[in-house]
Amino acid sequence: MEYLEFELPIKELEDQLQKCQIIGTESEVDVTETCKQIEKKLLATKKDIYKNLTPWQRVQMSRHPNRPYTLDYIKALCGESFLELHGDRTFKDDKAMIGGLGKIGDQSFMFIGQQKGYNTKTRQYRNFGMANPEGYRKALRLMKSAEKFGIPVVTLLDTPGAYPGLEAEERGQGEAIARNILEMTRLKVPIITIVIGEGASGGALGIGVGDKVLMLENTWYSVISPESCSSILWRSWEYKEQAADALKLTATDMKKLKIVDEIIKEPLGGAHQDREKTFATVSAAILKTFEELKNLSPKDLVDQRMGKYANMGVYKG
Amino acid sequence: MAWFKRKEKGITTSTQEKKDTPKGLWYKSPTGKIVDAKELEKNFYVSPEDGYHVRIGSNEYFEILFDDNKYKELDAKLESKDPLKFEDTKKYPERLKAAQEKTKLKDAVRTAVGKSKGNDLVIACMDFSFIGGSMGSVVGEKIARAADYSLKKKIPFMIISKSGGARMMEAALSLMQLAKTSVKLAQLADAGIPYISLCTDPTTGGTTASFAMLGDINISEPGALIGFAGPRIVRDTTGKELPEGFQTSEFLLEHGFLDFITHRNELKNRVNQYIDLVLNQPLRA
Repeated sequence: MEYLEFELPIKELEDQLQKCQIIGTESEVDVTETCKQIEKKLLATKKDIYKNLTPWQRVQMSRHPNRPYTLDYIKALCGESFLELHGDRTFKDDKAMIGGLGKIGDQSFMFIGQQKGYNTKTRQYRNFGMANPEGYRKALRLMKSAEKFGIPVVTLLDTPGAYPGLEAEERGQGEAIARNILEMTRLKVPIITIVIGEGASGGALGIGVGDKVLMLENTWYSVISPESCSSILWRSWEYKEQAADALKLTATDMKKLKIVDEIIKEPLGGAHQDREKTFATVSAAILKTFEELKNLSPKDLVDQRMGKYANMGVYKG
Repeated sequence: MAWFKRKEKGITTSTQEKKDTPKGLWYKSPTGKIVDAKELEKNFYVSPEDGYHVRIGSNEYFEILFDDNKYKELDAKLESKDPLKFEDTKKYPERLKAAQEKTKLKDAVRTAVGKSKGNDLVIACMDFSFIGGSMGSVVGEKIARAADYSLKKKIPFMIISKSGGARMMEAALSLMQLAKTSVKLAQLADAGIPYISLCTDPTTGGTTASFAMLGDINISEPGALIGFAGPRIVRDTTGKELPEGFQTSEFLLEHGFLDFITHRNELKNRVNQYIDLVLNQPLRA
């Protein structure tokens, strides 16, 4: 397990606890009481740290290298039933955007999401979860296919942004995202969107227009990353913490602004601390949300979704 | 002895008395051509010698597109609020106030309805001079309401984009304006009302990732910068030198994202020609 800087006090206590336990097994000394004391302190420290995370620390949590990624969720949720589908039918298969059909219980879903890698090689292969236009077009193809067969769509958001590359511009990154957003506003099947990591700007929204949008507790969603915001508004990379505060990008803020509908709780210390528990919570959240949407007629569904987005914004006059 | 002699030494004219060229009398294009401001205005704000399309705002576009410069502005009073209490080096309300004073505009878009070649047209035109033409809640709401007006009265709709993208000071609320405006464009599309997107210099970021690229036709002026990521970000991310003409309107036309590029003096004709053709109605002269 890797530790973030603010998690170091936890690491220290965990190391102490481990040493204590080793002493207990290897010598005659009775350390039960000492170990208990350390355990107690460890739990208190964890609670203290994780209950009071700053927005910037949440951003760091959302990028934690041990966090589960899109395919981890899908495989855990669907098991053997998941069938990955590839390609945009125009240019290529984008490895940063994955999709396919799978079942939770008896219900089929079309899953779509950005995919990050877990080591240097796979991170490059997945382009760090930054999709190209073909990724967004692949996502749209899968959504249209789901619509054709009346299959609900689940999108999992985890991206530092759409890829800002030369070829991406040539192939119309802006157009690809714009087209997805428009088509998602009128797709005739339920769309459930879950932010599982980073929700960076248009790259996230390009698969993120949902009837219900849920956010895991330690994720962020905004128009720009705190680093880029700092570099533009403060003209320096040093103000990322202030930028994270200013952007109001946490799940709690987003719920307050009514941009997301629900926050999904994570195990103490983050989704990666107890993956099975995280997967079970997410699975239950999807099923519960689908229950709320499944009986709406396609017209009501689209009207409601359009109405929701048409009402977003704060202004006067 | 010299045949002329300065009676008093040094320059004695005070700064106030100096005859300076009044501001705005001349315009210098990027290639160095000097144009008389009146000439420029007569030539649709295009430098006659090199064809450079000067950046203009909603006032000028309305003048170019609406007959006799007559139009009714819609929702002129909408103004931004500060829902996030956003503060960077400056507080957002202060930025808004400064921009309003400088530009005499309420926000970064103006919407209007008027006659263009005798027929009604609804236009939403962005103003780059207002915080970089950035899109926040007001821009989203005004475009949405203008589209609603088009929808209700069955009038063709046009957006003139000129924007750096979403407004950071409204963060995720700005981002959601991409979805909000797209909802309205989807409704227009379902009702069979033509939507024309004119991308002008510059059109980048969230604007490109929403309404600017979603026209029944996307058109542009010569030499405009159009892209999702700005050229600096692309260069920094990829470490590659950008090819000449990268992200210009000509580049986008070549890659299939624009229907055509028009000189500003032909803009009104082309837009109305398209409307007449697509609605299968008689061509207006």
